[in-house]
Amino acid sequence: MTKTFIASRRKFLKQSAAIGGGLTVGFAVPDALAQKEGAAAAEINAWVVVRPDDTVIIRYARAEMGQGSMTSAPMLVAEELECDWKKVKIEYVSANANVRRKRVWGDMASVGSRTIRFSQEYLRKGGATAREMLIAAAAQQWGVPASECAAANSVITHGPSKRKLSFGKVASAAAKLEPPKEVKLKDPKDWKLIGKPVKRVDIPDTVMGRQVYGIDVQLPGMVYAAIAQCPVFGGTVKSVDAAKVQNRRGIIKVAPLGTFVAVIADNWWRAKEALRDVNIEWDVGANGNATSASIMDFYRAGLDAQTDISVGRKDGDFDQAFASAAKKLEAEYFTPYLAHSTMEPMGATVLIKDGKVDVWTSTQNAEASLAVAAASAGVPLENVEVHRVQLGGGFGRRGGGQDFVRQGVAIAKTMEGTPVKMLWTREEDMQHDFYRPASLVRMKAGLDASGNPVAWYSRVASTSIISTLLHLPLKPPLAPAEGIDPQAVASLNDLPHAIPNVKVEYAQRNAHVPVGFWRTVGHSQNPFVRESFMDELASAAGKDPFEYRRALLAKSPKDLGVLEATAGAAGWGKPLPAGVFRGIAQTEAYGSYTCAVAELSVDKNGEVAIRRLVLGVDPGYVVNPDNVLAQMQGSAVFMLTAMFWGEITIKDGRAEQSNFHDYRLMRLREMPKIELVLAPSGGFWGGVGEPGQASIAPAVCNAIFAATGKRIRSLPLKNHGLTLA
Amino acid sequence: MIELTVNGRKRSADVEPEMPLLWVLRDVLDVKGPKFGCGIAQCGACTVHLNGEPVRSCSVPVSAAAGQKVLTIEGLAQRGRLHPVQKAWIDHEVPQCGYCQGGQIMAAVALLKKNPNPSDKDIDAAMTNICRCGTYARIRTAIHAAAKSGKAKA
Repeated sequence: MTKTFIASRRKFLKQSAAIGGGLTVGFAVPDALAQKEGAAAAEINAWVVVRPDDTVIIRYARAEMGQGSMTSAPMLVAEELECDWKKVKIEYVSANANVRRKRVWGDMASVGSRTIRFSQEYLRKGGATAREMLIAAAAQQWGVPASECAAANSVITHGPSKRKLSFGKVASAAAKLEPPKEVKLKDPKDWKLIGKPVKRVDIPDTVMGRQVYGIDVQLPGMVYAAIAQCPVFGGTVKSVDAAKVQNRRGIIKVAPLGTFVAVIADNWWRAKEALRDVNIEWDVGANGNATSASIMDFYRAGLDAQTDISVGRKDGDFDQAFASAAKKLEAEYFTPYLAHSTMEPMGATVLIKDGKVDVWTSTQNAEASLAVAAASAGVPLENVEVHRVQLGGGFGRRGGGQDFVRQGVAIAKTMEGTPVKMLWTREEDMQHDFYRPASLVRMKAGLDASGNPVAWYSRVASTSIISTLLHLPLKPPLAPAEGIDPQAVASLNDLPHAIPNVKVEYAQRNAHVPVGFWRTVGHSQNPFVRESFMDELASAAGKDPFEYRRALLAKSPKDLGVLEATAGAAGWGKPLPAGVFRGIAQTEAYGSYTCAVAELSVDKNGEVAIRRLVLGVDPGYVVNPDNVLAQMQGSAVFMLTAMFWGEITIKDGRAEQSNFHDYRLMRLREMPKIELVLAPSGGFWGGVGEPGQASIAPAVCNAIFAATGKRIRSLPLKNHGLTLA
Repeated sequence: MIELTVNGRKRSADVEPEMPLLWVLRDVLDVKGPKFGCGIAQCGACTVHLNGEPVRSCSVPVSAAAGQKVLTIEGLAQRGRLHPVQKAWIDHEVPQCGYCQGGQIMAAVALLKKNPNPSDKDIDAAMTNICRCGTYARIRTAIHAAAKSGKAKA
């Protein structure tokens, strides 16, 4: 199977660069596999196209950013189609075609670990429907009942006569048939492809240096833009003096565009260098004095407030149970703002010509990019094409905001007829993110005389992602209750433990720092709070933290299952070498259940040596097991980076960190040993891109507590004098 | 006019001598394998070989490459035959998003050229490129595998 470039609306581009062994980008006509391959290639349905030579084209609607869905989603189609995987080619769906074809491909977003769990049913049905049509066409040709025929490995066989026809021979006839109204999906025990390790289709191009990312798009006559945004979030351009750069080599234009200034030049480096010499005066607005401390005060006031508080969950009577508890615990936990830091900075290439808009950008949601481009350019949706490329990392940054598309269009509007490639510097990227929200959480618990929790309270004070990024009101069904941002209270509101009196509150306190979906979102921070506090309870009760959880999860079989499987694999309770300690944590996120056991030592210099990190996951069904391992390994790196070093701080209303020298990312030498416990219990489809992070921070911090007696209640660990050995 | 050899071909660019090699490769010569990540030689996504030595091309002025030999990820495979490191990268499914991987591979190739049988510590010291997706465990495995396959051939 190979990956090919799909389908754009117009065939105006195809150019070739192929210099110095470089890359060739071909953009072909839309929906036009058939046209391209000759009229005989047949679209059986939206997902499946079959060529006369038996090549099967499976379409892929969502994005590929390393999460592996471009391989695993088509596997679901192929499973039911009964085709030979070696003959499969995978092609991106065009967002424009999705608009024109009444969203026949559904949601195109790769966000929220949802590609498999939200599309599995229609993808499998797409494959099964196409298979039935191919079988029916063969049966018609033979004049036999379809019920006597079966498909396997891209070949249809008539059972009684043993006659055979390959998919390619009947595809054009099959394409003309009415699709069956209902199809029966395979019993999981009969799966041939799902659950087997399948090589990711995009890897060979990557390894050859041929993969095309947004930043790599090359168009005839293209010019380049570098931008500077107001360093204080929400500020605007007051005045621009470009006298120093106007006559400089290669400079085409300096454009003030409201919230940012663009320099357009004949290459990006010249644009970026010139931008440094453009004198920009900013109107920073009301937030020029904000600091991390002032935001913290704002949140702490939210923890103490009597008004503007929403209740997310109320079981029993917390206040009474807490008042009469034998033992009371209270703690405050803090998690900081975090930057996404995708390796490819934000950018977009846009051409506006004759009322049409073409956009090339690394996006997690091509439809959102299309909608934003159409709105920004003032053209109908049908007049926009978003050309599909691989993403140089996403992690949530390239989903909801689409600020880079808005900017790309604004710049291209000043250069109609000329394609403009806008690219951010790393500094722009780090200082103009939609950050993982900082969050301050107050926890309280009451234990009975035998140490069991009878009362549990959480109040979260943070900025709402939903209301500030998506501008949506916090109401059901989007919110679990009026005024509750589901991400702000994730894993607290859905606490699975058997505790009779629970109260969860949310103080929505929207600071001026923009926030957004950062890989694992609320589950990247609240499990640290919940599972660390759970450890505090176990410790106060004098009980083993694994056994303590186990008892409380007796009626939550999936949480319990992964807890026991992981603890078992990690050898929980077995003796450890001198100086080595364990910590455990367990959570659910994105429909998958995870558990982590960390084994580590802490030396006198605060160096934390992680000997083993055992990660358990129950995603229900496993589609591509090696990819699950890859995602768990990646999740470990992402979370260890965040918990040891990750922190965006605010001074003078702006982000203080600017590049990788002051926003440290983990490197290879710091990578601990990861062991995966894959414990699929079947019967449901959970995500794998994000859940892996959830249990790691609390497991590591609980092990640090076991090792040092020091309870970690705020991240990152560098602020506690701890670093990863 | 600055002349240099890129992946075995003589190329020339009419640019300022201080323009970083990375941007000459990408925007002038259309060699897109080396990627821009940070611009301050921190991440290594732009790693290429200059006369066989790995350099972070975002921080090397093109004048330093004048008359020299530059090898990028695109030039690593010889006549369609993958370099053993590329093969190991495919066998072990190393990349996720892949954006940093051209630089990672060029760093690994340079390491193995100097040290055909690196220890874990050698790999720790040489492989300082950032991978945000977190493919480090597989990078290590693939380097060991490439080292082994190199020995098998010799």
